[in-house]
Amino acid sequence: MTETPVDQMSFEQAMKELETVVGQLERGDVALDQSIALYERGAALKKRCEDELKRAEEKVAAITLDSNGQPTGTKPVEGL
Amino acid sequence: MDLLDDPQPGQNMPEFTVSEISGEVKRALETSFGRIRVRGEVGRVFQARSGHLYYDIKDDRNVLACTTWKGQVASLSVVPEEGLEVVVTGRLTAFGAQSKYNLNVDEVAVAGQGALMALLEKRKKALESEGLFAPERKRPLPYLPQIIGVITSPQGAVIRDILHRLRDRFPRKVLIWPVAVQGANCAPEVARAIDGFNRLTHGGALPRPDLLIVARGGGSIEDLWGFNEEIVARAAAASQIPLISAVGHETDTTLIDFVSDRRAPTPTAAAEMAVPVRLELLAWTGEQGARLSRAASDAVQRRAQRLRDLSRALPTGESLFSVPRQRFDRVADKLDGALVTGVQRRRLRLAELSAPLRPSSLRALVTARRDRLAHLGSRLSPRALDREIAAQGDRLTRLSDRLQAAQTTRVDRLRQRLDATDRLRETLGYKATLARGYAVVRDDQGTLLTTRAEAAKATALQIEFADGTLDTSGAPTKSASKPKQKPPEQGSLF
Repeated sequence: MTETPVDQMSFEQAMKELETVVGQLERGDVALDQSIALYERGAALKKRCEDELKRAEEKVAAITLDSNGQPTGTKPVEGL
Repeated sequence: MDLLDDPQPGQNMPEFTVSEISGEVKRALETSFGRIRVRGEVGRVFQARSGHLYYDIKDDRNVLACTTWKGQVASLSVVPEEGLEVVVTGRLTAFGAQSKYNLNVDEVAVAGQGALMALLEKRKKALESEGLFAPERKRPLPYLPQIIGVITSPQGAVIRDILHRLRDRFPRKVLIWPVAVQGANCAPEVARAIDGFNRLTHGGALPRPDLLIVARGGGSIEDLWGFNEEIVARAAAASQIPLISAVGHETDTTLIDFVSDRRAPTPTAAAEMAVPVRLELLAWTGEQGARLSRAASDAVQRRAQRLRDLSRALPTGESLFSVPRQRFDRVADKLDGALVTGVQRRRLRLAELSAPLRPSSLRALVTARRDRLAHLGSRLSPRALDREIAAQGDRLTRLSDRLQAAQTTRVDRLRQRLDATDRLRETLGYKATLARGYAVVRDDQGTLLTTRAEAAKATALQIEFADGTLDTSGAPTKSASKPKQKPPEQGSLF
Protein backbone atom coordinates (compact mmCIF):
# COMPACT_ATOMS: atom_id res chain seq x y z
CA MET A 1 0.00 0.00 0.00
CA THR A 2 1.42 3.35 -0.95
CA GLU A 3 0.92 6.33 1.28
CA THR A 4 -0.58 8.54 -1.42
CA PRO A 5 -4.09 9.59 -0.42
CA VAL A 6 -6.61 8.00 -2.74
CA ASP A 7 -8.17 11.29 -3.80
CA GLN A 8 -4.80 12.58 -5.00
CA MET A 9 -4.03 9.55 -7.12
CA SER A 10 -4.02 9.59 -10.86
CA PHE A 11 -6.47 7.29 -12.55
CA GLU A 12 -3.68 4.93 -13.46
CA GLN A 13 -2.27 4.81 -9.93
CA ALA A 14 -5.71 4.15 -8.53
CA MET A 15 -6.22 1.40 -11.10
CA LYS A 16 -2.95 -0.31 -10.34
CA GLU A 17 -3.53 -0.17 -6.65
CA LEU A 18 -7.09 -1.40 -6.95
CA GLU A 19 -5.74 -4.38 -8.86
CA THR A 20 -3.19 -5.03 -6.13
CA VAL A 21 -5.78 -4.76 -3.38
CA VAL A 22 -8.16 -7.13 -5.14
CA GLY A 23 -5.32 -9.56 -5.73
CA GLN A 24 -4.28 -9.47 -2.09
CA LEU A 25 -7.82 -10.01 -0.89
CA GLU A 26 -8.38 -12.85 -3.32
CA ARG A 27 -5.24 -14.62 -2.25
CA GLY A 28 -6.73 -14.56 1.21
CA ASP A 29 -3.38 -14.42 2.98
CA VAL A 30 -4.09 -11.27 4.94
CA ALA A 31 -5.38 -11.10 8.47
CA LEU A 32 -9.09 -10.49 8.86
CA ASP A 33 -8.84 -7.02 10.37
CA GLN A 34 -6.33 -6.09 7.70
CA SER A 35 -8.61 -7.46 5.01
CA ILE A 36 -11.36 -5.17 6.23
CA ALA A 37 -9.02 -2.20 5.91
CA LEU A 38 -8.01 -3.48 2.49
CA TYR A 39 -11.61 -3.77 1.44
CA GLU A 40 -12.30 -0.21 2.51
CA ARG A 41 -9.29 1.02 0.61
CA GLY A 42 -10.34 -0.99 -2.42
CA ALA A 43 -13.80 0.54 -2.28
CA ALA A 44 -12.29 4.02 -2.11
CA LEU A 45 -10.01 3.23 -5.04
CA LYS A 46 -12.90 1.90 -7.07
CA LYS A 47 -14.87 5.03 -6.35
CA ARG A 48 -11.89 7.11 -7.38
CA CYS A 49 -11.69 5.22 -10.70
CA GLU A 50 -15.40 5.54 -11.31
CA ASP A 51 -15.39 9.23 -10.55
CA GLU A 52 -12.57 9.70 -12.98
CA LEU A 53 -14.42 7.72 -15.63
CA LYS A 54 -17.64 9.64 -15.01
CA ARG A 55 -15.79 12.91 -15.36
CA ALA A 56 -15.22 12.09 -19.01
CA GLU A 57 -16.29 15.20 -20.85
CA GLU A 58 -15.45 16.52 -24.21
CA LYS A 59 -14.35 20.07 -24.47
CA VAL A 60 -12.61 21.16 -27.60
CA ALA A 61 -11.01 24.55 -27.97
CA ALA A 62 -8.65 26.02 -30.47
CA ILE A 63 -5.84 28.31 -29.49
CA THR A 64 -5.95 31.78 -30.98
CA LEU A 65 -2.67 33.25 -32.07
CA ASP A 66 -1.47 36.78 -32.57
CA SER A 67 0.38 37.96 -35.62
CA ASN A 68 3.66 36.62 -34.22
CA GLY A 69 2.20 33.17 -33.73
CA GLN A 70 2.04 33.57 -29.91
CA PRO A 71 -1.05 32.17 -28.18
CA THR A 72 -3.50 34.75 -26.97
CA GLY A 73 -6.40 32.63 -25.77
CA THR A 74 -8.85 30.00 -26.89
CA LYS A 75 -12.04 29.91 -28.78
CA PRO A 76 -14.52 27.08 -28.67
CA VAL A 77 -14.62 24.78 -31.65
CA GLU A 78 -17.99 23.60 -32.84
CA GLY A 79 -19.17 21.17 -35.42
CA LEU A 80 -16.21 18.85 -35.62
CA MET B 1 48.74 54.78 -79.90
CA ASP B 2 47.91 58.06 -78.43
CA LEU B 3 48.90 58.91 -75.00
CA LEU B 4 45.82 61.06 -74.54
CA ASP B 5 42.28 60.35 -75.64
CA ASP B 6 41.78 62.66 -78.48
CA PRO B 7 38.49 62.15 -80.18
CA GLN B 8 38.91 62.20 -83.90
CA PRO B 9 36.08 63.19 -86.25
CA GLY B 10 34.58 60.18 -87.91
CA GLN B 11 35.07 57.85 -85.00
CA ASN B 12 31.68 56.35 -84.13
CA MET B 13 32.61 54.16 -81.15
CA PRO B 14 30.29 55.24 -78.35
CA GLU B 15 31.75 56.02 -75.00
CA PHE B 16 30.07 54.98 -71.71
CA THR B 17 30.60 55.93 -68.21
CA VAL B 18 30.99 52.91 -65.81
CA SER B 19 27.57 53.50 -64.40
CA GLU B 20 26.09 53.76 -67.86
CA ILE B 21 27.55 50.45 -69.00
CA SER B 22 26.68 48.79 -65.66
CA GLY B 23 23.12 49.95 -66.12
CA GLU B 24 23.10 48.72 -69.71
CA VAL B 25 24.42 45.30 -68.73
CA LYS B 26 21.92 45.01 -65.90
CA ARG B 27 19.05 45.96 -68.18
CA ALA B 28 20.24 43.60 -70.89
CA LEU B 29 20.48 40.70 -68.42
CA GLU B 30 17.10 41.38 -66.95
CA THR B 31 15.24 41.84 -70.21
CA SER B 32 16.83 39.18 -72.32
CA PHE B 33 16.53 36.37 -69.75
CA GLY B 34 13.49 37.36 -67.74
CA ARG B 35 12.37 34.81 -65.15
CA ILE B 36 14.31 31.58 -65.52
CA ARG B 37 14.78 28.20 -63.85
CA VAL B 38 18.27 26.92 -63.19
CA ARG B 39 19.17 23.45 -62.01
CA GLY B 40 22.30 22.81 -60.00
CA GLU B 41 23.82 21.74 -56.73
CA VAL B 42 23.83 24.17 -53.86
CA GLY B 43 27.33 25.29 -52.98
CA ARG B 44 28.27 27.29 -49.92
CA VAL B 45 25.35 29.04 -48.21
CA PHE B 46 25.70 32.25 -46.22
CA GLN B 47 22.94 34.04 -44.40
CA ALA B 48 23.91 37.64 -43.67
CA ARG B 49 22.98 39.29 -40.44
CA SER B 50 20.59 41.43 -42.43
CA GLY B 51 18.60 38.25 -43.17
CA HIS B 52 19.52 38.10 -46.84
CA LEU B 53 20.60 34.70 -48.07
CA TYR B 54 23.62 34.34 -50.36
CA TYR B 55 24.52 31.04 -51.95
CA ASP B 56 25.95 29.43 -55.06
CA ILE B 57 24.44 27.02 -57.52
CA LYS B 58 27.07 25.03 -59.35
CA ASP B 59 27.66 22.28 -61.82
CA ASP B 60 30.97 20.59 -62.52
CA ARG B 61 32.47 23.60 -64.29
CA ASN B 62 30.71 26.84 -63.38
CA VAL B 63 29.20 28.67 -60.48
CA LEU B 64 26.14 30.94 -60.41
CA ALA B 65 25.83 33.36 -57.50
CA CYS B 66 22.32 33.46 -56.06
CA THR B 67 20.65 35.83 -53.62
CA THR B 68 17.33 35.63 -51.82
CA TRP B 69 16.31 38.76 -49.99
CA LYS B 70 15.15 38.66 -46.44
CA GLY B 71 11.52 39.18 -47.42
CA GLN B 72 11.68 36.34 -49.90
CA VAL B 73 13.34 33.77 -47.59
CA ALA B 74 10.18 33.07 -45.61
CA SER B 75 8.28 32.04 -48.72
CA LEU B 76 10.87 29.54 -49.92
CA SER B 77 9.45 26.05 -49.69
CA VAL B 78 12.95 24.63 -49.37
CA VAL B 79 15.78 26.48 -47.72
CA PRO B 80 18.89 25.74 -49.77
CA GLU B 81 21.41 23.50 -48.08
CA GLU B 82 24.88 22.73 -49.30
CA GLY B 83 24.96 19.65 -51.47
CA LEU B 84 21.26 19.71 -52.24
CA GLU B 85 20.28 19.26 -55.88
CA VAL B 86 17.79 22.02 -56.59
CA VAL B 87 15.95 23.89 -59.25
CA VAL B 88 15.92 27.59 -58.44
CA THR B 89 13.59 30.10 -60.04
CA GLY B 90 14.31 33.83 -60.29
CA ARG B 91 15.54 36.74 -62.31
CA LEU B 92 19.08 37.25 -63.53
CA THR B 93 20.47 40.60 -62.58
CA ALA B 94 23.75 42.39 -62.15
CA PHE B 95 25.40 44.12 -59.22
CA GLY B 96 27.26 47.03 -60.78
CA ALA B 97 29.21 47.89 -57.66
CA GLN B 98 31.14 44.66 -57.95
CA SER B 99 30.80 43.99 -61.65
CA LYS B 100 29.02 40.80 -60.85
CA TYR B 101 25.88 39.19 -61.99
CA ASN B 102 23.66 36.89 -59.97
CA LEU B 103 20.31 35.24 -59.85
CA ASN B 104 17.72 36.67 -57.51
CA VAL B 105 15.93 33.47 -56.41
CA ASP B 106 12.38 33.58 -55.14
CA GLU B 107 11.68 29.86 -55.24
CA VAL B 108 13.76 26.80 -54.50
CA ALA B 109 12.59 23.31 -55.30
CA VAL B 110 14.41 20.09 -54.70
CA ALA B 111 15.42 18.59 -58.02
CA GLY B 112 13.35 15.42 -58.05
CA GLN B 113 12.39 12.85 -55.39
CA GLY B 114 15.79 11.23 -55.42
CA ALA B 115 17.39 14.46 -54.28
CA LEU B 116 14.71 14.97 -51.63
CA MET B 117 15.20 11.49 -50.21
CA ALA B 118 18.96 12.01 -50.21
CA LEU B 119 18.43 15.19 -48.20
CA LEU B 120 16.14 13.40 -45.76
CA GLU B 121 18.68 10.61 -45.32
CA LYS B 122 21.35 13.13 -44.59
CA ARG B 123 19.25 14.83 -41.91
CA LYS B 124 18.32 11.51 -40.38
CA LYS B 125 21.94 10.53 -40.08
CA ALA B 126 22.83 13.85 -38.51
CA LEU B 127 20.06 13.68 -35.90
CA GLU B 128 20.63 10.02 -35.22
CA SER B 129 24.29 10.65 -34.57
CA GLU B 130 23.20 13.18 -31.95
CA GLY B 131 21.26 10.42 -30.24
CA LEU B 132 17.85 12.00 -30.78
CA PHE B 133 16.36 8.71 -32.01
CA ALA B 134 17.58 6.67 -29.04
CA PRO B 135 14.91 4.38 -27.60
CA GLU B 136 15.78 5.46 -24.05
CA ARG B 137 14.71 9.01 -24.93
CA LYS B 138 11.18 7.82 -25.57
CA ARG B 139 8.87 8.57 -22.67
CA PRO B 140 5.80 6.54 -21.84
CA LEU B 141 2.49 8.14 -22.70
CA PRO B 142 0.22 9.00 -19.77
CA TYR B 143 -2.37 6.31 -19.25
CA LEU B 144 -5.23 8.74 -19.16
CA PRO B 145 -4.27 12.26 -20.22
CA GLN B 146 -6.43 15.05 -18.87
CA ILE B 147 -5.77 17.49 -21.69
CA ILE B 148 -4.58 16.58 -25.16
CA GLY B 149 -2.87 19.18 -27.29
CA VAL B 150 -3.36 18.60 -31.00
CA ILE B 151 -1.12 20.37 -33.48
CA THR B 152 -2.73 20.26 -36.90
CA SER B 153 -4.87 22.19 -39.33
CA PRO B 154 -8.15 23.29 -37.71
CA GLN B 155 -9.94 22.35 -40.89
CA GLY B 156 -10.13 19.08 -42.65
CA ALA B 157 -10.58 15.43 -41.93
CA VAL B 158 -7.60 14.98 -39.60
CA ILE B 159 -8.87 16.88 -36.59
CA ARG B 160 -12.34 15.47 -37.18
CA ASP B 161 -10.99 11.91 -37.17
CA ILE B 162 -9.07 12.51 -33.99
CA LEU B 163 -11.96 14.12 -32.13
CA HIS B 164 -14.33 11.45 -33.35
CA ARG B 165 -12.15 8.62 -32.13
CA LEU B 166 -11.50 10.35 -28.82
CA ARG B 167 -15.23 10.78 -28.35
CA ASP B 168 -15.75 7.07 -29.00
CA ARG B 169 -13.11 5.99 -26.59
CA PHE B 170 -12.85 8.53 -23.85
CA PRO B 171 -14.00 12.13 -24.26
CA ARG B 172 -11.23 14.45 -23.13
CA LYS B 173 -10.37 18.10 -23.17
CA VAL B 174 -8.64 18.94 -26.41
CA LEU B 175 -6.66 22.05 -27.24
CA ILE B 176 -6.04 22.58 -30.94
CA TRP B 177 -3.05 24.62 -32.00
CA PRO B 178 -3.79 25.58 -35.59
CA VAL B 179 -0.85 25.32 -37.99
CA ALA B 180 -0.23 25.16 -41.70
CA VAL B 181 0.40 21.53 -42.52
CA GLN B 182 2.10 22.14 -45.82
CA GLY B 183 4.02 24.82 -47.58
CA ALA B 184 6.73 27.08 -46.39
CA ASN B 185 4.98 28.03 -43.13
CA CYS B 186 4.42 24.47 -42.05
CA ALA B 187 7.76 23.72 -40.36
CA PRO B 188 8.15 26.97 -38.43
CA GLU B 189 4.54 26.91 -37.27
CA VAL B 190 4.63 23.31 -36.15
CA ALA B 191 7.94 23.87 -34.33
CA ARG B 192 6.52 26.95 -32.65
CA ALA B 193 3.37 25.08 -31.64
CA ILE B 194 5.32 22.24 -29.99
CA ASP B 195 7.47 24.75 -28.20
CA GLY B 196 4.41 26.87 -27.32
CA PHE B 197 2.56 23.98 -25.69
CA ASN B 198 5.67 23.18 -23.64
CA ARG B 199 5.87 26.77 -22.48
CA LEU B 200 2.39 26.62 -20.97
CA THR B 201 2.49 26.15 -17.22
CA HIS B 202 0.17 24.20 -14.99
CA GLY B 203 -2.44 26.54 -13.65
CA GLY B 204 -1.67 29.20 -16.27
CA ALA B 205 -4.21 31.07 -18.37
CA LEU B 206 -4.05 28.25 -20.92
CA PRO B 207 -4.01 24.76 -19.46
CA ARG B 208 -0.91 22.71 -20.25
CA PRO B 209 -1.67 19.49 -22.06
CA ASP B 210 -0.17 16.25 -20.77
CA LEU B 211 -0.04 14.72 -24.22
CA LEU B 212 0.66 16.17 -27.68
CA ILE B 213 -0.43 14.86 -31.06
CA VAL B 214 1.17 16.26 -34.19
CA ALA B 215 -1.06 15.18 -37.04
CA ARG B 216 -1.45 15.56 -40.77
CA GLY B 217 -3.28 13.59 -43.39
CA GLY B 218 -1.66 11.83 -46.30
CA GLY B 219 -0.01 13.64 -49.18
CA SER B 220 2.95 13.71 -51.49
CA ILE B 221 6.47 13.85 -50.14
CA GLU B 222 6.53 17.53 -50.96
CA ASP B 223 3.28 18.06 -49.06
CA LEU B 224 4.71 16.33 -45.99
CA TRP B 225 8.09 17.97 -46.35
CA GLY B 226 7.55 20.42 -43.49
CA PHE B 227 7.62 17.46 -41.06
CA ASN B 228 11.05 16.53 -42.41
CA GLU B 229 12.50 19.86 -41.42
CA GLU B 230 15.13 19.88 -38.75
CA ILE B 231 13.44 22.58 -36.65
CA VAL B 232 10.33 20.41 -36.34
CA ALA B 233 12.35 17.33 -35.40
CA ARG B 234 14.37 19.27 -32.85
CA ALA B 235 11.26 20.84 -31.32
CA ALA B 236 9.67 17.40 -31.00
CA ALA B 237 12.82 16.00 -29.44
CA ALA B 238 12.96 18.85 -26.95
CA SER B 239 9.32 18.50 -25.94
CA GLN B 240 8.85 17.74 -22.26
CA ILE B 241 5.29 16.66 -22.97
CA PRO B 242 5.04 13.17 -24.45
CA LEU B 243 4.35 13.45 -28.15
CA ILE B 244 2.64 11.24 -30.70
CA SER B 245 3.40 11.90 -34.35
CA ALA B 246 0.79 10.99 -36.91
CA VAL B 247 1.84 12.38 -40.26
CA GLY B 248 0.60 11.03 -43.56
CA HIS B 249 -0.34 7.44 -44.14
CA GLU B 250 1.19 4.34 -42.72
CA THR B 251 3.78 4.14 -45.49
CA ASP B 252 4.96 7.71 -45.05
CA THR B 253 7.73 8.20 -42.60
CA THR B 254 8.84 11.70 -41.82
CA LEU B 255 11.69 12.96 -39.66
CA ILE B 256 9.39 13.82 -36.75
CA ASP B 257 8.36 10.14 -36.52
CA PHE B 258 11.90 9.21 -35.48
CA VAL B 259 12.04 11.64 -32.58
CA SER B 260 8.46 11.44 -31.32
CA ASP B 261 7.72 9.24 -28.31
CA ARG B 262 5.21 7.19 -30.32
CA ARG B 263 4.52 7.10 -34.02
CA ALA B 264 0.93 6.54 -35.07
CA PRO B 265 0.30 5.33 -38.61
CA THR B 266 -2.79 7.54 -38.92
CA PRO B 267 -4.43 10.36 -36.94
CA THR B 268 -7.16 7.95 -35.85
CA ALA B 269 -4.55 5.58 -34.51
CA ALA B 270 -3.02 8.48 -32.61
CA ALA B 271 -6.34 9.04 -30.82
CA GLU B 272 -6.40 5.34 -29.95
CA MET B 273 -2.95 5.54 -28.47
CA ALA B 274 -3.86 8.65 -26.54
CA VAL B 275 -6.72 7.36 -24.43
CA PRO B 276 -8.03 4.03 -23.19
CA VAL B 277 -11.60 2.95 -23.86
CA ARG B 278 -13.78 4.40 -21.16
CA LEU B 279 -16.47 1.74 -21.33
CA GLU B 280 -13.89 -0.99 -20.99
CA LEU B 281 -12.47 0.77 -17.96
CA LEU B 282 -15.94 1.16 -16.49
CA ALA B 283 -16.51 -2.54 -17.00
CA TRP B 284 -13.11 -3.28 -15.55
CA THR B 285 -13.79 -1.10 -12.54
CA GLY B 286 -17.13 -2.77 -12.01
CA GLU B 287 -15.48 -6.14 -12.23
CA GLN B 288 -12.79 -5.11 -9.77
CA GLY B 289 -15.51 -3.90 -7.44
CA ALA B 290 -17.30 -7.23 -7.71
CA ARG B 291 -14.07 -9.11 -7.13
CA LEU B 292 -13.34 -6.88 -4.19
CA SER B 293 -16.68 -7.55 -2.56
CA ARG B 294 -16.46 -11.24 -3.35
CA ALA B 295 -12.95 -11.48 -2.00
CA ALA B 296 -13.94 -9.64 1.16
CA SER B 297 -17.00 -11.76 1.76
CA ASP B 298 -15.00 -14.86 0.85
CA ALA B 299 -12.47 -13.90 3.43
CA VAL B 300 -15.20 -13.75 6.05
CA GLN B 301 -16.94 -16.87 4.77
CA ARG B 302 -13.76 -18.83 4.68
CA ARG B 303 -12.97 -17.87 8.23
CA ALA B 304 -16.51 -18.59 9.35
CA GLN B 305 -16.26 -22.03 7.76
CA ARG B 306 -12.92 -22.63 9.34
CA LEU B 307 -14.32 -21.51 12.67
CA ARG B 308 -17.18 -23.96 12.31
CA ASP B 309 -14.80 -26.73 11.34
CA LEU B 310 -12.54 -26.00 14.22
CA SER B 311 -15.34 -25.71 16.72
CA ARG B 312 -16.63 -29.09 15.56
CA ALA B 313 -13.24 -30.53 16.10
CA LEU B 314 -13.04 -28.91 19.52
CA PRO B 315 -13.81 -31.64 22.14
CA THR B 316 -16.65 -30.96 24.63
CA GLY B 317 -15.87 -30.36 28.27
CA GLU B 318 -17.60 -33.67 29.08
CA SER B 319 -15.40 -35.65 26.74
CA LEU B 320 -12.29 -33.88 27.93
CA PHE B 321 -12.94 -35.07 31.46
CA SER B 322 -14.37 -38.52 30.80
CA VAL B 323 -11.11 -40.39 30.74
CA PRO B 324 -9.62 -38.78 33.83
CA ARG B 325 -12.97 -39.24 35.54
CA GLN B 326 -12.96 -42.94 34.77
CA ARG B 327 -9.49 -43.20 36.15
CA PHE B 328 -10.53 -41.31 39.17
CA ASP B 329 -13.54 -43.51 39.73
CA ARG B 330 -11.46 -46.61 39.39
CA VAL B 331 -8.91 -45.34 41.84
CA ALA B 332 -11.49 -43.99 44.27
CA ASP B 333 -13.16 -47.37 44.34
CA LYS B 334 -9.97 -49.00 45.37
CA LEU B 335 -9.14 -46.42 48.02
CA ASP B 336 -10.95 -48.06 51.00
CA GLY B 337 -9.72 -51.56 50.20
CA ALA B 338 -6.24 -50.20 49.66
CA LEU B 339 -6.00 -48.98 53.23
CA VAL B 340 -7.04 -52.31 54.63
CA THR B 341 -4.72 -54.14 52.29
CA GLY B 342 -1.88 -51.83 53.19
CA VAL B 343 -2.35 -52.41 56.89
CA GLN B 344 -2.59 -56.14 56.34
CA ARG B 345 0.51 -56.19 54.27
CA ARG B 346 2.41 -54.30 56.91
CA ARG B 347 1.08 -56.52 59.63
CA LEU B 348 2.26 -59.55 57.72
CA ARG B 349 5.68 -58.05 57.38
CA LEU B 350 5.77 -57.22 61.08
CA ALA B 351 4.91 -60.77 61.86
CA GLU B 352 7.65 -62.00 59.57
CA LEU B 353 10.18 -59.73 61.16
CA SER B 354 9.16 -60.32 64.78
CA ALA B 355 9.16 -64.09 64.47
CA PRO B 356 12.88 -64.57 65.23
CA LEU B 357 12.73 -62.05 68.07
CA ARG B 358 12.41 -64.29 71.32
CA PRO B 359 13.95 -63.98 74.93
CA SER B 360 15.64 -67.37 74.65
CA SER B 361 17.91 -66.16 71.93
CA LEU B 362 18.84 -63.14 74.00
CA ARG B 363 19.52 -65.35 76.99
CA ALA B 364 21.79 -67.55 74.99
CA LEU B 365 23.74 -64.52 74.00
CA VAL B 366 24.02 -63.27 77.59
CA THR B 367 25.18 -66.70 78.76
CA ALA B 368 27.83 -66.83 76.11
CA ARG B 369 29.16 -63.45 77.09
CA ARG B 370 29.10 -64.29 80.77
CA ASP B 371 31.12 -67.46 80.16
CA ARG B 372 33.70 -65.51 78.37
CA LEU B 373 33.88 -62.96 81.20
CA ALA B 374 34.33 -65.69 83.77
CA HIS B 375 37.09 -67.26 81.75
CA LEU B 376 38.95 -64.02 81.42
CA GLY B 377 38.36 -63.06 85.10
CA SER B 378 39.87 -66.31 86.28
CA ARG B 379 43.06 -65.50 84.50
CA LEU B 380 43.30 -62.17 86.30
CA SER B 381 45.36 -62.76 89.74
CA PRO B 382 47.76 -60.48 91.84
CA ARG B 383 50.61 -63.09 92.15
CA ALA B 384 52.39 -61.96 89.10
CA LEU B 385 52.36 -58.38 90.36
CA ASP B 386 53.67 -59.37 93.84
CA ARG B 387 56.54 -61.18 92.25
CA GLU B 388 57.48 -58.21 90.29
CA ILE B 389 57.32 -55.86 93.29
CA ALA B 390 59.59 -58.11 95.35
CA ALA B 391 62.15 -58.33 92.57
CA GLN B 392 62.26 -54.60 92.13
CA GLY B 393 62.49 -54.05 95.96
CA ASP B 394 65.61 -56.25 96.15
CA ARG B 395 67.20 -54.41 93.39
CA LEU B 396 66.54 -51.08 95.09
CA THR B 397 68.13 -52.29 98.41
CA ARG B 398 71.25 -53.49 96.62
CA LEU B 399 71.66 -50.24 94.81
CA SER B 400 71.20 -48.08 97.96
CA ASP B 401 73.82 -50.18 99.85
CA ARG B 402 76.28 -49.65 97.09
CA LEU B 403 75.56 -45.96 97.13
CA GLN B 404 76.13 -45.72 100.89
CA ALA B 405 79.45 -47.54 100.73
CA ALA B 406 80.66 -45.42 97.88
CA GLN B 407 79.80 -42.25 99.78
CA THR B 408 81.58 -43.22 103.03
CA THR B 409 84.76 -44.17 101.28
CA ARG B 410 84.85 -40.92 99.43
CA VAL B 411 84.35 -38.77 102.58
CA ASP B 412 87.19 -40.59 104.45
CA ARG B 413 89.59 -40.13 101.64
CA LEU B 414 88.80 -36.40 101.38
CA ARG B 415 89.26 -35.94 105.23
CA GLN B 416 92.71 -37.60 105.16
CA ARG B 417 93.69 -35.34 102.28
CA LEU B 418 92.45 -32.29 104.18
CA ASP B 419 94.45 -33.17 107.32
CA ALA B 420 97.61 -33.67 105.34
CA THR B 421 97.14 -30.37 103.57
CA ASP B 422 96.48 -28.50 106.83
CA ARG B 423 99.60 -29.93 108.38
CA LEU B 424 101.52 -28.68 105.43
CA ARG B 425 99.93 -25.22 105.79
CA GLU B 426 100.90 -25.09 109.48
CA THR B 427 104.46 -25.83 108.61
CA LEU B 428 104.70 -23.27 105.89
CA GLY B 429 102.71 -20.33 107.54
CA TYR B 430 104.27 -17.27 109.22
CA LYS B 431 102.90 -18.46 112.66
CA ALA B 432 105.42 -21.16 112.71
CA THR B 433 108.03 -18.47 112.03
CA LEU B 434 106.65 -16.50 114.95
CA ALA B 435 107.38 -19.50 117.13
CA ARG B 436 110.95 -19.28 116.05
CA GLY B 437 111.23 -15.77 117.44
CA TYR B 438 110.06 -13.48 114.64
CA ALA B 439 107.32 -10.87 115.14
CA VAL B 440 104.90 -9.04 112.79
CA VAL B 441 104.42 -5.30 113.17
CA ARG B 442 101.22 -3.52 112.23
CA ASP B 443 99.90 0.02 112.78
CA ASP B 444 96.74 0.72 114.76
CA GLN B 445 94.73 0.16 111.62
CA GLY B 446 96.11 -3.33 111.32
CA THR B 447 98.17 -2.44 108.25
CA LEU B 448 101.39 -4.47 107.94
CA LEU B 449 104.47 -2.35 108.38
CA THR B 450 107.67 -3.57 106.80
CA THR B 451 109.98 -0.58 107.15
CA ARG B 452 111.20 1.49 109.93
CA ALA B 453 109.97 4.69 108.23
CA GLU B 454 106.47 3.43 108.23
CA ALA B 455 106.70 2.36 111.83
CA ALA B 456 108.01 5.76 112.81
CA LYS B 457 104.95 7.44 111.27
CA ALA B 458 102.44 5.18 113.01
CA THR B 459 100.73 6.51 116.12
CA ALA B 460 100.58 3.06 117.64
CA LEU B 461 102.13 -0.27 116.84
CA GLN B 462 100.81 -3.77 117.24
CA ILE B 463 103.41 -6.44 117.44
CA GLU B 464 102.31 -9.98 116.98
CA PHE B 465 104.22 -12.77 118.67
CA ALA B 466 103.67 -16.43 118.63
CA ASP B 467 101.72 -16.31 121.76
CA GLY B 468 99.76 -13.08 121.21
CA THR B 469 99.85 -9.44 120.14
CA LEU B 470 101.49 -6.66 122.05
CA ASP B 471 99.89 -3.22 121.65
CA THR B 472 102.55 -0.67 122.32
CA SER B 473 100.20 2.22 122.80
CA GLY B 474 98.15 0.66 125.58
CA ALA B 475 96.60 -2.39 126.92
CA PRO B 476 97.14 -5.75 125.24
CA THR B 477 94.53 -6.41 122.67
CA LYS B 478 92.62 -9.50 122.11
CA SER B 479 94.30 -12.69 121.25
CA ALA B 480 95.90 -13.26 117.97
CA SER B 481 92.94 -15.27 116.74
CA LYS B 482 91.32 -12.27 115.13
CA PRO B 483 93.91 -11.31 112.55
CA LYS B 484 94.73 -14.92 112.05
CA GLN B 485 93.62 -15.81 108.60
CA LYS B 486 91.62 -18.95 108.70
CA PRO B 487 91.51 -21.19 105.72
CA PRO B 488 88.20 -20.73 103.94
CA GLU B 489 85.36 -22.69 105.20
CA GLN B 490 84.81 -25.74 103.14
CA GLY B 491 81.24 -26.51 102.35
CA SER B 492 79.91 -29.88 103.21
CA LEU B 493 79.44 -32.22 100.41
CA PHE B 494 76.13 -33.23 101.78
